[in-house]
Amino acid sequence: MAKRTIVTDYLARVEGEGAMTVQLDGDRVEHVELRIFEPPRFFEAFLRGRSFREAPDITARICGICPVAYQTSAINAMESLCGVEVPEPIRMLRRLLYCGEWIESHALHVYMLHAPDFLGYESAIELARDAPAAVERGLALKRTGNDLMTLVGGREIHPINVRVGGFYRVPTKPELRELVESLERAREAALDTVRWTAGFEFPERIVDCDLVALEQPDEYAIERGRIRSSAGLDLAPSEYDEHFEELHVERSNALQSQLRGGGTYLCGPLARYSLGSAELSPLAREAAAEVGLGDECRDPFRSIVVRSVELVHACDESLRLIEAYEPPDHPAVQVDPVAGTGYGVSEAPRGLLYHRYRLDADGTILDAKIVPPTSQNQLAIEDDLRDVVARNSRLEDDVLRRLCEQTIRNYDPCISCATHFLDLQVERK
Amino acid sequence: MTRTVVIGIGNPLRGDDAAGVVAAEHLRPRVPEGVEVVSCSEEPSRLMEAWEGADRVLLVDTVASGAAAGTLHRFDAGEEAVPARTFRSSTHAIGIADTIELARALGRLPRRVRVYGIEAGSFETGSSLTPAVESAVAFLVKDVLADLEEERCTSAR
Repeated sequence: MAKRTIVTDYLARVEGEGAMTVQLDGDRVEHVELRIFEPPRFFEAFLRGRSFREAPDITARICGICPVAYQTSAINAMESLCGVEVPEPIRMLRRLLYCGEWIESHALHVYMLHAPDFLGYESAIELARDAPAAVERGLALKRTGNDLMTLVGGREIHPINVRVGGFYRVPTKPELRELVESLERAREAALDTVRWTAGFEFPERIVDCDLVALEQPDEYAIERGRIRSSAGLDLAPSEYDEHFEELHVERSNALQSQLRGGGTYLCGPLARYSLGSAELSPLAREAAAEVGLGDECRDPFRSIVVRSVELVHACDESLRLIEAYEPPDHPAVQVDPVAGTGYGVSEAPRGLLYHRYRLDADGTILDAKIVPPTSQNQLAIEDDLRDVVARNSRLEDDVLRRLCEQTIRNYDPCISCATHFLDLQVERK
Repeated sequence: MTRTVVIGIGNPLRGDDAAGVVAAEHLRPRVPEGVEVVSCSEEPSRLMEAWEGADRVLLVDTVASGAAAGTLHRFDAGEEAVPARTFRSSTHAIGIADTIELARALGRLPRRVRVYGIEAGSFETGSSLTPAVESAVAFLVKDVLADLEEERCTSAR
């Protein structure tokens, strides 16, 4: 059989800069790799010598889509080391801010980056010409997320109102109530999003790797929780390093994570949903049931439906938090530094985000480790890609390339976070 | 009466990226009566809201096309697509070129759209405008005012 090479230099609709190579000899897949060539960003090194109080603002800069995740994991690490538990109203505000980020990030991915794949468009702009109402709905949803982040976080991108111990200023009840109407509309839009995406055509795919997500009793874990896996791990954040390791591979400026001793795992919406769907809000569960999603979902193509269900949950949860909100007595509690190592985790829109910091007694950061979800998902993405190519190797190059790109976008990779972008090469021998 | 909006786009904390916002500040006290001047982030629905109902919008943004710092670019995007390579989208957001095309597809683009681009020299965090960009902003402000003035004379005729 003729040997062929297919190359896509630049994969669109992902966050950051990366490449993928698929080598085929006839129908046999020889090699699949996800290369991340966005230059290394050295955030962990920037953090050394800085005050522990600066970690949330510095790490927020890693990502313009999920800054709140970075801020939250950093704060969790610092507060747990320093023995501080923030009062409930502060925790609820953090969760509310985080819901804003989920709404913004999921709306962007579902409508602008991912839906065009299923509907056969090159971009959201083409989609907008044929389905303006859907795209308007996506933009309105995203906007609601932005508005929530602006109010609670002080700014829609890279919030400035977040600190170790709480906030600089907390919103008043009337300020939050102003968001209720737009959140109610967003919740309806999210329900429509579930029905819309569930109507797409899905190739049958199941991934069987381990799923890893946070778990928190009685809530869909977002801003805190223990690390759980489908294989039965149940870990405190401080035990993460004992069970997961990062490997450096030459082709990538991102480290790749695996289970210690070998083993691929996946975090993100599929993992969260499969491990925690029982904790979704009743409305989100109903929406999932209405479209036949079941209690778990291991189909990466259907991750778009899961994200949509999470959009319903995030809107619903925001409304619940606003309804229950009583401003805290003080916007922040005092946090005094403690020498030692602090561990923090939270559920970024793309999955588990782990931070570890070592501090000296005056709170200077001695070293830092940050493991973003996309680094953790790289091996799972490569495995899935290998299998998709193996099953579809007879497809024409262009069709196969599109399928490969879609397979990658199923994971909403944030390559900037993992360093860290994507162009696609399919080489056939 | 036709409604005209001038929108300055940029991040005041990122060196020359602030040029659009700085230009908007210079323009605000000097534009003809009835012209609105706003500063705005790139967030697509915010931009569309800022020009909602306007017949004419003038956008000022920083560009990185590889030309010398301070080079001024001008495009009419009411009928033609914005050159996406000049106004590159950020990897994390929908950039201004995408927003214009998205708005066009949605029927939410004003009839007349002029985009002014200032070639940036540096995006260094916390620094002020580089001298080349600072003087380019002064030229651009004159340019925009001349465009607005010309329009007023034309419509008064």
